[in-house]
Amino acid sequence: MSTDHQLTELIERYLSGELNEEERLRFETMRRENAAIDSRVVEHQQFTNLLKQYGERVELEKRLNAIHQEIDVHALAEELTVHPSWVVRMWRNHHSKISVAASVAIFAMLATLYSTGYFNKGTSNYTELRREVEKVKQTTENVKRTTNVLMNHIESNGRIVTPSKFTGTGFALTSNGYIVTNYHVVKDADSLYVQNASGDAYHTKLIYTEPTHDIAILKIDDTTFTGLGAIPYTFKKSKSDVGEDVYTLGYPRDDFYYGKGYLSSATGNNGDTTAYQVSLPVYPGNSGGPLLDGKGNVIGIISGKQTQTESAAFAVKSAYLFKAAQSVNADSTAHNINLKGKNALSNLSRQQQIKKLENYVFMVKVYN
Amino acid sequence: MSKALNSSAPTDSEVVLGILNNSENILKRVYVAYFPMVLQLIINNNGTADDAKDIYQEAIIVLYNKVKAGNFELSSKLKTFLYSVCRKLWLKRLNQMSRYGGDIKDFENHVLVEDDTDHHTERDIQFSKMEGALKLLGEPCKTIIEDFYIHNHSMQDICERFGYTNADNAKTQKYKCLQRLKKLFFQQ
Repeated sequence: MSTDHQLTELIERYLSGELNEEERLRFETMRRENAAIDSRVVEHQQFTNLLKQYGERVELEKRLNAIHQEIDVHALAEELTVHPSWVVRMWRNHHSKISVAASVAIFAMLATLYSTGYFNKGTSNYTELRREVEKVKQTTENVKRTTNVLMNHIESNGRIVTPSKFTGTGFALTSNGYIVTNYHVVKDADSLYVQNASGDAYHTKLIYTEPTHDIAILKIDDTTFTGLGAIPYTFKKSKSDVGEDVYTLGYPRDDFYYGKGYLSSATGNNGDTTAYQVSLPVYPGNSGGPLLDGKGNVIGIISGKQTQTESAAFAVKSAYLFKAAQSVNADSTAHNINLKGKNALSNLSRQQQIKKLENYVFMVKVYN
Repeated sequence: MSKALNSSAPTDSEVVLGILNNSENILKRVYVAYFPMVLQLIINNNGTADDAKDIYQEAIIVLYNKVKAGNFELSSKLKTFLYSVCRKLWLKRLNQMSRYGGDIKDFENHVLVEDDTDHHTERDIQFSKMEGALKLLGEPCKTIIEDFYIHNHSMQDICERFGYTNADNAKTQKYKCLQRLKKLFFQQ
């Protein structure tokens, strides 16, 4: 340690020229003969030079900083900045905000287009229609649910002597007690009763269902039932025209109800070709009721409505009722449904027609 | 303002002579004369005024050392040399910060100065190592080393300043300090 210290001191004195002639010559001889000492000299020289230069650098930087202090950098910067057009400046200063705003705008636009169904169909006119129809589907579901709620409500009030879970409307197919209604009225039913305008109630059983067309056919099997007499209306097989005056009868409440309107479209819910759209005020409970034209021909069965638009309802076309009736015929040939009866209504006024129809339109009561 | 500054710019040979003679006046005039040019370069290429100061001072140091080393040849105008060094250093800085878009807006002609900037960068690394080592060294070692090796104070002065009873004690202390500094420097 101490020899190393002495060597370092010697090197320092040698490098600074403090050695006398004799010492210097001796040291140089030693340096030549001993490579280790030589490298120590070089290393020490380099290191101390670096230290010295570092000190000079620090000094120089201080001087430069002092000079720099005297320059009005801010004013110079203002003067020398190349000012781009205001659009570019605006973009540079606010590009993050602008980007966010643009993203939100694009997202909102896409969301709007998507929700209006723009991406589903080619033109916005068409999709507008489709959107409504989509909603109709939902609201039809809502109608059914409302029926449920409404009936439960009545039940809890205890106002009805024979409480039923659901009610709908049905009408006679034949004089011997075949009755047609909607499938959705009678599905999941444990027992079914029909009740006419006079208050006579009969037990019925479910004969046939066709869920795809929302048609169900019931048969009165009550012992007190003696027959209905000749059916005053006929069933129209051909398609009815848009614009035709139509009406319906049904039991949205306990009382017999009459609703009048016109045929507004040859297709039903969601472009369903098996149904008509009619402009007619209907309520929960109207389901399964007959849709008649001015001459007393049954042209369809009321099946649902659209709450979004006032008095827009749907009715299954009578042609599908035919098909259903034929299926029943094939199943039970003994009870032939007569669909070719004479129309006794065509020359009567509306009031007289309704009076005649009263006993052939029933409230369908569903228990489960 | 820039016009006034330009008019007072010293000639290139004045600058070389001034630096060799340690003229504070010339250093100041050359600094003030060309700073706006560099400021313009930096602030219009994604930099701030502080960046401009750093880069410009580095360039002045490059010039200063080159002149002091005695190998400064006026192959181009001094102004062009300073601009080129700053441009090169700034491009390097931009690259390090990943802010370089591959495009720089130029305001002056420039020449190749790779050798000068590379040499400068190397030295800078050495100096920052030295700075770090001195910082770690602590007192009184730091002051003893600086006084002796940088400010050329005599051992006698140091002895008095730190109250050592004799020069041998001070020398021993200085030796120990230097050994530690070397250790710290080469450890980094």
